[in-house]
Amino acid sequence: MRNVLWQTASAVLQKLAASKVSIIFWREFTAYFNTTLAYVFVAIFVALTSAFAFYLGNFFSRGQADLQVFFQYHPWIYLILVPAVAMRLWAEERKSGTIELLMTLPITPIQAIVGKFLAAWAFLGVALILTFPMWITVNYLGNPDNGVIFASYIGSLLMAGAFLSIGSFISALTKNQVIAFIVSAVICFLFVMSSYPLVLGFFRTWAPGFVVAGIESMSFLEHFQQITQGLITLATLIFYLSVIAFFLFANMLAVEQKKAE
Amino acid sequence: MAELIKTDQLTKRFGNIAAVNGISLSVKKGEVLGFLGPNGAGKSTTMKIITGFLEPDSGSVVINGTPMAQQPIKAKQQIGYLPEGAPAYGDMTAEAFLRFIAQIRGFAGREQDYQVHQAADKTGLNSVLQQSIETLSKGYKRRVGLAQAILHDPDILILDEPTDGLDPNQKHQVRTLIEEMAAAKAIIVSTHILEEVEAVCTRAVVIDKGRIVADGTAEDLMRRMPYHNAVALRVNDDAADALKTALQDLGSVARVEEISRINGHVRLRAVPNGQSTIAGDIAALVRDRSIAVDELLVERGKLDEVFREITTSDTVTASETSPGTAGSSGN
Repeated sequence: MRNVLWQTASAVLQKLAASKVSIIFWREFTAYFNTTLAYVFVAIFVALTSAFAFYLGNFFSRGQADLQVFFQYHPWIYLILVPAVAMRLWAEERKSGTIELLMTLPITPIQAIVGKFLAAWAFLGVALILTFPMWITVNYLGNPDNGVIFASYIGSLLMAGAFLSIGSFISALTKNQVIAFIVSAVICFLFVMSSYPLVLGFFRTWAPGFVVAGIESMSFLEHFQQITQGLITLATLIFYLSVIAFFLFANMLAVEQKKAE
Repeated sequence: MAELIKTDQLTKRFGNIAAVNGISLSVKKGEVLGFLGPNGAGKSTTMKIITGFLEPDSGSVVINGTPMAQQPIKAKQQIGYLPEGAPAYGDMTAEAFLRFIAQIRGFAGREQDYQVHQAADKTGLNSVLQQSIETLSKGYKRRVGLAQAILHDPDILILDEPTDGLDPNQKHQVRTLIEEMAAAKAIIVSTHILEEVEAVCTRAVVIDKGRIVADGTAEDLMRRMPYHNAVALRVNDDAADALKTALQDLGSVARVEEISRINGHVRLRAVPNGQSTIAGDIAALVRDRSIAVDELLVERGKLDEVFREITTSDTVTASETSPGTAGSSGN
């Protein structure tokens, strides 16, 4: 019985390793580390998240053994750094012409899109994991609730994925990486702020109540704050995953539409 | 199935411009089809449609019996494609890049090693396999693109300007490679170097403004030239007039033209009647009359000139309607 299970598992793993998505994934993922971009990015990410926690969040003087002040700045840091990772995803393929190569290989567009997205997401995951000294520090200083910290890391990664899917979509609309960066940063900003008067005020004047409520519920910030309090609800999980699915679908349409230009 | 590539009435518009306007083609195994035409004529767009990168607005592509629109993956598996400019991931080494392509093409383990090294051997890449592609010269980059296209030994090869930017030696290598592979494949090569058509193509189509304006062997295309099979002669000034009248008396010569008169030498051109070969007659004439001819050569008609004649027409139909060209090149 165990033997059969083991065999099926290894067969599935082998299939997965040889799948088109994973071939694209590994090419993209290793490409990050072929350039200095990866190291610069990871260094800045770790430095920024820590600096924000210590200086803006008063990590020490709060006298509490948790990472809440560390996580609370993640949405704002992602706002700048995730579009920086996402901007090259498709804009560069189009500019260098490699999109023509990629799309005439025997793979489907969705395999290419998912492979590239997962590679970028995994790269952000690596950056996030490298903030582990924060976790060690807080465990050294006190007895934090490691379950909450774990949930917060998951939440942070999900939010990064949602930002990334938006950036990947925008990147497919232009050959210009700077435009891709700025537009995705602005759109991500609106998603973060969608439960604040800045965004809601604009809609309240003319949109019906349920639309305003819908927009309010799209706020990345609200969903993320729930998680950092240790609450991963199914609704939040579905929220982030459906944002990712929606923008990757839009990404596919954009690639199909724009590849000729 | 012998007919490996078949397109039927392809059209593709970009805004108001018809980039491809009713192109129907078929390429059989063993054929090397040359795509000729000025920049922006629709050669690359046609190739992009055949390889499945672009969907045509109307018309269809069938690759070895597989319709591209319905079964794109199966069709793409059978095609090797070198896109214009040979794009590749510059941050990868040549070997890593070829291995990536091999993986996507479904090769693993020893089979992958074999295919990658074979493609590298054929394209002469072995010395640069460990270099990242962005550091390679233009010629090597082009060869990486070529290696990528032939890696899975496809039945169908579509090469968009494979020799662009190569030096004469490299051009020769690429042409030799195409010749070697030609027998077992259907190949389409686009170029605007006409000598390439003569060197490697069994057939050529001239594309202009999205349409096929000429289709035939390189020889067929040259036959459309006004001076096809004309004979040029160079003689001393004093013998020129005698030669001129003698040539005019030959039945197979339509007319004699004076090309130039420089430094006491006269260049004459005898234009044949129809398609007849007049070199023999003229050689005999010169020998019989003992005229001292410095130089005698048969003009085959330059493909370059055919190209200019067909594609610089002011109106779309000029190549068919212009009486001057039709009269002297046809029949």
